[in-house]
Amino acid sequence: MKKVGVIRFPGTNCDRDVFDWVSGHNQKPEFLWHLDQFHSTDYEMIVLPGGFSYGDYLRSGALAARSPVMKSVREFAELGRPVLGICNGFQILCEAELLPGALVKNEHQKFIDEWAGLQIENPHSHFGARYESGNRLRLPIAHGDGRFYAPAKELKKIEDQGLVWLRYQNNPNGSLNNIAGVMNQQKNVVGLMPHPERASHFWMGGIDGKDFL
Amino acid sequence: MARYAIQILPREVILDTQGRAVEQTLKLQNLTVQSCLVGKYIELDLGESGAEGFQKAKSIAEKVLCNPLIERFTVQTLNDEVKL
Repeated sequence: MKKVGVIRFPGTNCDRDVFDWVSGHNQKPEFLWHLDQFHSTDYEMIVLPGGFSYGDYLRSGALAARSPVMKSVREFAELGRPVLGICNGFQILCEAELLPGALVKNEHQKFIDEWAGLQIENPHSHFGARYESGNRLRLPIAHGDGRFYAPAKELKKIEDQGLVWLRYQNNPNGSLNNIAGVMNQQKNVVGLMPHPERASHFWMGGIDGKDFL
Repeated sequence: MARYAIQILPREVILDTQGRAVEQTLKLQNLTVQSCLVGKYIELDLGESGAEGFQKAKSIAEKVLCNPLIERFTVQTLNDEVKL
């Protein structure tokens, strides 16, 4: 059974949801605390769930990105092993410079909690692998700082290198180029603002997130 | 020992949602301004002073306090010596 490390920081609040989501895929989740360190061989996948790590102090994800466990996540990622960041997890990976760009306050300054229509731009071979380019799906979003931003030069690089994973069909937060999820150059680290774990049973309102793992 | 003041501001107006909200409120009170940026102010008390302390403060700002993609910062020395 595949062992998956689920990282918890003070303020993480989607950890139980992610834990159940991983378990539902016949994989063995294990919680890791922000002060923990691990060996890259201990896990086959790492997931950073959503929440408000360190109370969003300084910038969303900024303090979590510099916590001890992230040293191990960096080593794990550098070996080309799969890392997924959801919502605050995505912000943390950007702050850790494991993903390009930054997530800033929503353009309209409001927290949004709704379902979003998305389109796969560049399919990922590990996460959501059954989806093809152009496929459409619906996933919940819930964030205040979800506006994807990168300076013009950086944004062009992200587009040119095919690092855009998901785009919003109707941009809910002012994200540049409607970007909802990106991947790194090596394509083993991915992040997205929507919550696939919240769309893994029909009773949740949809199952488009079920096959993301 | 010396104290250093780090001032952080959004790099572009489009990133400054707080600044725009404050600007709008000022306008509603007939206190129209040309522009308003909202940032952060952080004070560091360091063991080092002089050029060494300044460099350390700058390095802390670069590595942690500021995200260069979206923010810019200035470092100011508040006083060279703090008498205990």
